[in-house]
Amino acid sequence: MINDFDYIAPKTLKETLTLLDQYREDYKIIAGGQSLLIMMRQGLIKPNYLIDIHGISELNYIKTDFKKRLRIGALTTHRAIERSPVIKKSFSVLAEMENRLASVQTRNWGSIGGNLCHGDPAGDPAPVLIALNATLTITGVHGERNILVEDFFLDYFETVLEHGELLSEIQVPTIPSNTGIAYTKFNVIESDMAIVGVAISITLTSKDGHCEDVRIVLANSAPKPMRAKQAEDLLRGKKITDHLLKKAGEISSDEADPISDIHASAEYRRELVKVLVKRVGEEAITRAKKS
Amino acid sequence: MRKELRLTVNGQPYELYVKPKTLLVEVLRNNLGLTGTKRSCESSSCGVCTVILNGMAVKSCSILALQADGAEITTVEGLANDGKLHPLQRAFLDYGAYQCGFCTAGMLTSAKALLDENTKPTEEQIREAIDGNICRCTGYNSIIRAMTAVMNGEYKEEK
Repeated sequence: MINDFDYIAPKTLKETLTLLDQYREDYKIIAGGQSLLIMMRQGLIKPNYLIDIHGISELNYIKTDFKKRLRIGALTTHRAIERSPVIKKSFSVLAEMENRLASVQTRNWGSIGGNLCHGDPAGDPAPVLIALNATLTITGVHGERNILVEDFFLDYFETVLEHGELLSEIQVPTIPSNTGIAYTKFNVIESDMAIVGVAISITLTSKDGHCEDVRIVLANSAPKPMRAKQAEDLLRGKKITDHLLKKAGEISSDEADPISDIHASAEYRRELVKVLVKRVGEEAITRAKKS
Repeated sequence: MRKELRLTVNGQPYELYVKPKTLLVEVLRNNLGLTGTKRSCESSSCGVCTVILNGMAVKSCSILALQADGAEITTVEGLANDGKLHPLQRAFLDYGAYQCGFCTAGMLTSAKALLDENTKPTEEQIREAIDGNICRCTGYNSIIRAMTAVMNGEYKEEK
């Protein structure tokens, strides 16, 4: 049963920040609520005040700035990202990821910022944004701070957000040339969350096709989305062969720290990491060569 | 404390007072008596509570009623017009897209939302539109055939 709470729906960001400051630790922010309401129904979260920011239009946008960076307002829905012409053209991996996130109904109402702040290690946006080297802007009553998506998560359902702060924007830098980025997740039903997800970005050198840079990101394989840095080190600077990718999968699997739950055992998840790192790595290389 | 909520449901405006924790599906069923919309999993998994909110299919079990303040909502009751069934409803009948019928309201509203935004969807898009709706009887094929028939123009709106 959902507990009783007081509900406030501010209209502007400024008004929201004042409320956050006023209610200190008694509140919970709701955006689309697609994850939050499930937890409230289970009695896991019982706020005294629910501050509804869903209607704040100044945090709902997709644009590119003068540096051609992509800027997404935290309240942008998954569906808007999935269908954005700019994103489909220049950051297509984001649109692909959103297309496989939950069901159409959930994507129509749920926001990318809400998904990130929920901090579920099985979430789809975080691994892709980490592969894209994206940054978040956090806004509080006393100002703004920026943090890499990769540093945003602390533990299961825990982020660096302090009381009085909210996530306001996601910035994605332009994708370097000769770069391919791919994401996939293993799940039983298409609209389910990832049992394991893997996002990989590979940049090849223009003259001999060696691996100039690589980011391997694992979802639902540890308490938070994580980079498999030892596996990345293995690939960086080398000509990537099938054998080397297989080895990178094995190392990633060792680096992962999965748990056993109702969906899969830890052992099974480790096996999935091995398989998916190789598979997604191959796709990233194919895309890098085409880019 | 109850808060004021204004909704337009199937073209009819409503003004009511609800507790903040009230879900949209609860308002539709309990306050407005529109029991065509079903409740089941209550965790965004099954899709039986799907309604169309400002033109988008959403799950009414996973939205607070107050979040829908000011919205225009279509439930399955809003599909028929003046006693004449909607083309989708007639196609569902003809193609046997029902067995127990529990998923039907959600299937119809998801199908309607797709039809409203895309008059010529591919089969892939039809399948994707009902990806969030679980049916445990039909195996989906009859539902997809019914939707395809409407999208192909086999059913016209009855005047």
